[in-house]
Amino acid sequence: MARTSDRRIEHLLRRAGFGARPDEIDYYTEMSVTQAVDALLNYDNIVDDVDAFIGKPGYVNTTNRGQFLPQSNIVDARQRWLFRMVHSDRPLQEKMTLFWHNHFATGYNKIAGFLGAAEATRYFAAKAEQDPGRVRGQVEMLRDNALGNFRDILVNIAKDTAMLVWLDGRTNTRAMPQENFAREIMELFTMGVGAYTEEDVYAGARVFTGWNLARPGAAADGSQHYEFVYNAAQHETNPKTFSFPIYPDGNRTIPGRSAAQGMQDGLDFIDALAASPNTARYLATKLYRFFVSEMGPVNNGFVERVASVYLQSRYDMKAVMRAVLTAPEFWDQSAYFARYSWPVEFVVRALKDIGWVGFSVNDALAPLQNMGMILYEPPDVAGWDPGQPWFSTGAMLARMNFAATLAANQRFNLATQAKLTLASRSPDTLLFHMTSALRTAPLDGGVASEWANYLRATGAWTGSDAQIQAKASGLAHLMAGSPEYQLV
Amino acid sequence: MKVTRRQFIEGGVAAFTVTFAAPEFFVDVARAQGAHARNLVVLYLGGGNDSLSMLVPYNDPFYRVRRPTLAVPAGQVLQIGTDGSRVALGLHPRLTGLKQIFDQGKLALIQRTGYENQSRSHFLGTDIWSTADPNNPQALGWVGRYLDSLPSPVDALAGWNTTGTLPHVLQARTAVPSIANAAGYSFLSPNGGAEAAAERETALRIASHVPVDRPELAFVYESSRAALSTLDRVASVATYRPATAYPNNGFGQAMQAVAGAMVRAIGTRVFYVTTGGFDTHSGQNVNAAGGAYFNLMATLNDGLFAFYNDLRSQGLLEDTLVLSFSEFGRRISENGSQGTDHGSASVMMAIGGRVNGGFYGTAPNLNLDPRNPTLENNAADVRYETDFRSVYAQVLDSWLGTDSVRVLGGNFRKGGLGFI
Repeated sequence: MARTSDRRIEHLLRRAGFGARPDEIDYYTEMSVTQAVDALLNYDNIVDDVDAFIGKPGYVNTTNRGQFLPQSNIVDARQRWLFRMVHSDRPLQEKMTLFWHNHFATGYNKIAGFLGAAEATRYFAAKAEQDPGRVRGQVEMLRDNALGNFRDILVNIAKDTAMLVWLDGRTNTRAMPQENFAREIMELFTMGVGAYTEEDVYAGARVFTGWNLARPGAAADGSQHYEFVYNAAQHETNPKTFSFPIYPDGNRTIPGRSAAQGMQDGLDFIDALAASPNTARYLATKLYRFFVSEMGPVNNGFVERVASVYLQSRYDMKAVMRAVLTAPEFWDQSAYFARYSWPVEFVVRALKDIGWVGFSVNDALAPLQNMGMILYEPPDVAGWDPGQPWFSTGAMLARMNFAATLAANQRFNLATQAKLTLASRSPDTLLFHMTSALRTAPLDGGVASEWANYLRATGAWTGSDAQIQAKASGLAHLMAGSPEYQLV
Repeated sequence: MKVTRRQFIEGGVAAFTVTFAAPEFFVDVARAQGAHARNLVVLYLGGGNDSLSMLVPYNDPFYRVRRPTLAVPAGQVLQIGTDGSRVALGLHPRLTGLKQIFDQGKLALIQRTGYENQSRSHFLGTDIWSTADPNNPQALGWVGRYLDSLPSPVDALAGWNTTGTLPHVLQARTAVPSIANAAGYSFLSPNGGAEAAAERETALRIASHVPVDRPELAFVYESSRAALSTLDRVASVATYRPATAYPNNGFGQAMQAVAGAMVRAIGTRVFYVTTGGFDTHSGQNVNAAGGAYFNLMATLNDGLFAFYNDLRSQGLLEDTLVLSFSEFGRRISENGSQGTDHGSASVMMAIGGRVNGGFYGTAPNLNLDPRNPTLENNAADVRYETDFRSVYAQVLDSWLGTDSVRVLGGNFRKGGLGFI
């Protein structure tokens, strides 16, 4: 497990992925940094077959309750996503999917309250090719478009079944416009608070009147499902005027249209939001915080540069992410370990570093909840509150305890590796071996010697199997539970 | 050995008695001393509470006109009298416990609380209510700033957040623990016996020193240290078995943990609890048993009433103040989805043994006339009458015994708010 590798590659994989398995380190270390960025961005060249390995030996386990049903059981959907984070060879796709899930934060519970548990899971996690009604769940849509066009993602989100329930668009009618989606698409999905007025919210609600749900298909073969419908009879046809330009010529008014043509209102509005320089900067700022640094103020040069790539490429997220991953700010030494890992980032990275054999991702779900993160269940439409708020005492304890659980699970593997690499010869060789496997932010003074003292506590060094099992797992616990390891 | 806050205060008082010096210090110590047994429970109603369904102006003719499906029938509200503007008011029918608390004079209803140009955004709105600073909603929380103002070192359990992640209201320089589940608050180890003990000692020793010049890392260290150094005290809370039955839901269990912390006297002064689901844009269903808003009221009522009864039987009611807030009230007229959209001013509640119960401020008049001075936004929303910061000021000055001007960064004291 001890490994030598390029620190830059490790940094890249912590950000563009969820850390690195030993085989990922080997694979990417063969490349230059430029080639590695290319490989991560051009993941379409790599076959997307990760789901086929669920339940296979050599991979992290999942736990079945009868059958494994990620299309209809939210717990299984969570397991499948964690499995992908550990084992996908398209790490940036999974990382961007998480970014979008947080950006378009939609919560399972409200959908389940309306549609029931199995149906709600479907609208988050169904893969179209496996669904009798060809339903593609919201997060699968985001995954398919992880580096797609942002305007297309917005259109898909506006028509997304889970979103139409989550932000009540299904009830947005001519007589009574529903403001929920109109507000959040401006505030949270595109331009940001302050870039629109209350009157814009009211006008935006009218724009999306009639963007409702229908329920085609047959109950008998399971193809019956909810899907977006433009309900012309419920569309409000008057002109809608905004405080910001809707059209490239600066016109701020969406013209009155016949009800039959009225769906174009929403498309015009989404085009305007996608084209807004406020959206460009809002997204660039979020990308900076998620991929580059959470320390200090957001770098304005980065934001302006990435925002202009966004606008010039007409919202092409692959071009945008290339700009992010090649930015000098991304590669600056000060950006290394300058983010607080999200709970799933921590959990998956620890699995990749310490080992997953014999461990079920199902046993990470309760710890993740204690760390403050349930996939498919962001706390509200603004998503999670990343950064320091992840590190409440209870959440920090949950991280330490997850490290303990994982280390306990890998006692024998850790000892075996230590034996094979001769790391068992002394406390110092074991410490060196382990610090090579679990990369951390620069250790604060005294930490390494405290770890060394721990290895020497409780008795003389014998290098026996029992001692290595105890000390290697105890050290893995202390290291993955350390403050420095929480930074990525 | 660490000096606890209580020891500091007691020492401070002794010092004063001897010297009769430093009047400024006297004020501080007296304030702190007055506050030393007092608890504040901050209750956040997440999503924007439709306070017109919680405290119902059931005789206002426009109430029924504007809420054809959502209005609570006059015959069903729990009538609790009329306010200073002679508006007859009633509690939601499911708030039977709160009605009893009101009748005992221990529930204050502070009407039309809000601020100028109130944000209708959940997030900006919550930030503003949390910081008490509409001009700098990224500031530390107002309760966090209160904790920071306590004599140093502030005990690691001075605050207790009962949710998983730290709410903005408690963000502070002081690390405030988030302990969603006291029973799970223990230190696991891959080993047993002496090895496990050695791990815990090592972790605590490492966490107890402060990284120099690395504030971002020092923050994580502080969380780690706070967790490891409070394990045993928190464990004592997990064993609390109240005589009163609390509801088996998140809010009820959080209130039980708060009561447990008080009974075990672990030193916590400020608690944060929340109950969510108030963003009732559709299917609000105020009236039917099992309806969305009806359930919200059930959760709120049953958790608070169990807590109230528990504290009363423990003799701790006099030491406790519960203060509720929500990011905004809701639109007066119902929407086409039998729900209500984001609005403006709403009602805050204060509950406690030393609360002077009753109505504070006046109810809105729901008349649709755009010139109606109790409304705003063309009579769509309730206009604030009492700045929410004046309510905070009252709590800081008269309950927590500190200087509200210092914590709030301005003088928001207002007469007629003697609810505590």
